[in-house]
Amino acid sequence: MKDEISVRITGEAGQGVISAGMMLCRMYKESGRHVFAIQDYMSRIRGGNNFFQVRAAGRPVAAPRRQADIIVALDKEAVEANRGALAPGGILLLDAGKFGITQLEAGWVHVPLYALAQEAGGELYANSVALGLLAALTCGAFEGAAKAAAREFAAKGADAAAKNEVAARKGYDYAAGKIKRGDFLLPSAPHERPYLLAGNEALALGVISAGCKFYSAYPMSPSTGVMNTVADYAAKYGIIVEQAEDEIAAVNMAVGAAFAGARAMTGTSGGGFALMCEGLSLAAITETPLVIAIVMRPGPATGFPTRTAQEDLEFALHAGHGEFARAVYTPGSPEECFLAAKRAFNTAERFQVPALILSDQYLAESFTNVAFPDTTGEPPDRGRIISSEAAPETRRYEYSDDGVSPRAIPGRSGALAVADSDEHGPEGHITELAEVRIKMTEKRLRLKLAGLARETLPPTVVNPGAKTMLCGFGSTLGVMREACAAAAGTGFIHYPQVWPFPADATLAALKGAGRVLTVENNATGQLARLIRRETGAQAAGSILKYDGRPFTADELSAALEGGK
Amino acid sequence: MEPKDFNSSDPVAWCPGCGNFGIQSALKTALARLGKPPRELLLVSGIGQAAKMPHYIKANFFNGLHGRALPAAAAAKIANRELTVIVTTGDGDCYGEGGNHFLHNIRRNVDMTVIVHDNQVYGLTKGQASPTTERGIKTKIQPGGVILAPFPPLETALALGCGFVARGYAAEREHLAELILAGIAHKGFSLIDVFQPCVSFNKLNTYDWFSTRVYKVGPEHDVADKSAALALAAQRERLPLGVLYSKPGPAYGELSGLDALPPLVNADLANVDIAPALADFR
Repeated sequence: MKDEISVRITGEAGQGVISAGMMLCRMYKESGRHVFAIQDYMSRIRGGNNFFQVRAAGRPVAAPRRQADIIVALDKEAVEANRGALAPGGILLLDAGKFGITQLEAGWVHVPLYALAQEAGGELYANSVALGLLAALTCGAFEGAAKAAAREFAAKGADAAAKNEVAARKGYDYAAGKIKRGDFLLPSAPHERPYLLAGNEALALGVISAGCKFYSAYPMSPSTGVMNTVADYAAKYGIIVEQAEDEIAAVNMAVGAAFAGARAMTGTSGGGFALMCEGLSLAAITETPLVIAIVMRPGPATGFPTRTAQEDLEFALHAGHGEFARAVYTPGSPEECFLAAKRAFNTAERFQVPALILSDQYLAESFTNVAFPDTTGEPPDRGRIISSEAAPETRRYEYSDDGVSPRAIPGRSGALAVADSDEHGPEGHITELAEVRIKMTEKRLRLKLAGLARETLPPTVVNPGAKTMLCGFGSTLGVMREACAAAAGTGFIHYPQVWPFPADATLAALKGAGRVLTVENNATGQLARLIRRETGAQAAGSILKYDGRPFTADELSAALEGGK
Repeated sequence: MEPKDFNSSDPVAWCPGCGNFGIQSALKTALARLGKPPRELLLVSGIGQAAKMPHYIKANFFNGLHGRALPAAAAAKIANRELTVIVTTGDGDCYGEGGNHFLHNIRRNVDMTVIVHDNQVYGLTKGQASPTTERGIKTKIQPGGVILAPFPPLETALALGCGFVARGYAAEREHLAELILAGIAHKGFSLIDVFQPCVSFNKLNTYDWFSTRVYKVGPEHDVADKSAALALAAQRERLPLGVLYSKPGPAYGELSGLDALPPLVNADLANVDIAPALADFR
């Protein structure tokens, strides 16, 4: 019996790979295992090769493995594309007859996937046959698979659900009788992590929970999942989701709705965010609370639409012309995505600044089972708002010690609400006076930044001052956690917020450390530069990955071994 | 209410004789007749001479980015459907820089009134061609004359299904005030393109030039007849003023379900219960 296993289901787009992957996740979760699942897919609707890889274990897991112990190939191309990912001692299940493969190599096992699917009602049930195979080989019981199939196809009607369950049962029976199980069976135990969530979904739930009432965006992978989930719950929570004509409209709509007093946001990826930069600057000078979720993918330009990167850290830190304060959150898990969304809205309103949430495809679309100890998170704090009884002469951009002025809401405040993208005086009208410009810059930049810096989320620090200290932001949290657990004398710093940068906490965590390495999904070590700029501490090096794929636990461990 | 109730304390920065003064006067008259206090009004603009208008009228205002008045205005109206939202924009702002938003906000059909100060030239940047500049006009950038065909805003709006399409003239203040009121009364996107002589940079389309060409559409015109409206909009020798097309239809608020909700701005944020949604992810 293994303490963990990785299974991969792979096929071309349209063969139900995602659906099978989701069923696998649920099967393991429902049967008392923890899961971490990644999606690897191409930017096409049909054809190509996609896979969904689920790592299941008797303990919480937070990163993918490089190889899979069992691979189920749904078409011939999948065999070629994935054979290299088979772990030593692993098995690759394939339909040799259907694929026209006459020579089975070591570890390859023929399964009449499509004949079994036909018996269940048609070839489209092959993915459910695969589910049943894996239930037999890794769970030794059918119940979890049955629940997962019922759940997955509930919306498609009783007939679809029943046929898929039949297909899964056929796969289960076949594997139980015909395939040697080896040591693929996983232990199970009840656990208190009942929610299966990807980063995008958790982020969307945070957005809804924060009281966001207006979400405007233009579809762009891999950010669209946030919009989809908000849209799913829009009617229930009284939210208007508007598909804008472009990202420029999306950000200007979010600013307009926020100005009018609703909690509002937009979401996009790098290319769309590039189009939003002027709007970001607009939010800053008008001091309008704006939340933007940026779900990163590799660039430049269109890059890899469906793959992952952390290339836009410096872009997010510096985007927008002119100088102004902002907050940049970099959550590293679904729980942190939820909390970051709630914090971002409070920060945006309390300081009247843009708050950016930087995620990436890997975090956005990887599923894991999580606990939500507190479903409410921090309560909404709307900051200083001019009351309906306030005197009409109350000035919108009045100078203050912390740079934050009372905000008027049109039609709700006693004073009129005004906003100007030109430089303006305290009353909001256009000015060209040098001394006003200096005071307004101080207000929007230094005073607000000082307040924001006092509230930066503290980094997660494990083994401060260790012989090797890893530093990462965002989605590398899980892989750093696993690598540190596996290598003695290793610690890490994870930043859930990179701006304002927590310099003191960083220096404290690095005090006495041997070598410092950043772990980043980019080619230039952007975090290493940020740390040096803000603290003077120079990382000894960076472990970088920029092939569009996430770090795996094995990869990071190997890199640490190699560097010793 | 009186027009002076909408006087702003901000000093006006337009050139003496600018057509914008006529539009400002008509807008104040229209707002006085509408009878809503300044706090229930929201003026939204982008950048340009027309976009300074919100500073010169007492009301809530959002003076945003060049070309981006319409998305900001539409979303502000969505956030608080109780506001009366009026956009003051120019031909460069609305038809050039913001052209995509012009097209799609007509489709979106949020209830707002869009007044385009159409002076057929760029004023704030000193005399370059705008989308509505006539062919052959020479500018510093186009010394050989403009070669692009002028953008036809009224025909475009009609083709896109805009439910209220009108043309005013800055020198016809009373007429324009009534057009603005009719635009506000129309539920949905209302376009009022206003001829606005630019005394500094447009030496062709002057007050004298317009006075020999404009005429008011008479009561014989059926405003619900789109073909007739298109024929009027296509006239280039004589220039019709008035409501060319007006036909009620379902607006964004009704179609999106927004009208069935309390104004979004009234939402009680303290009591959002995420548990039912989270339960779907068990």
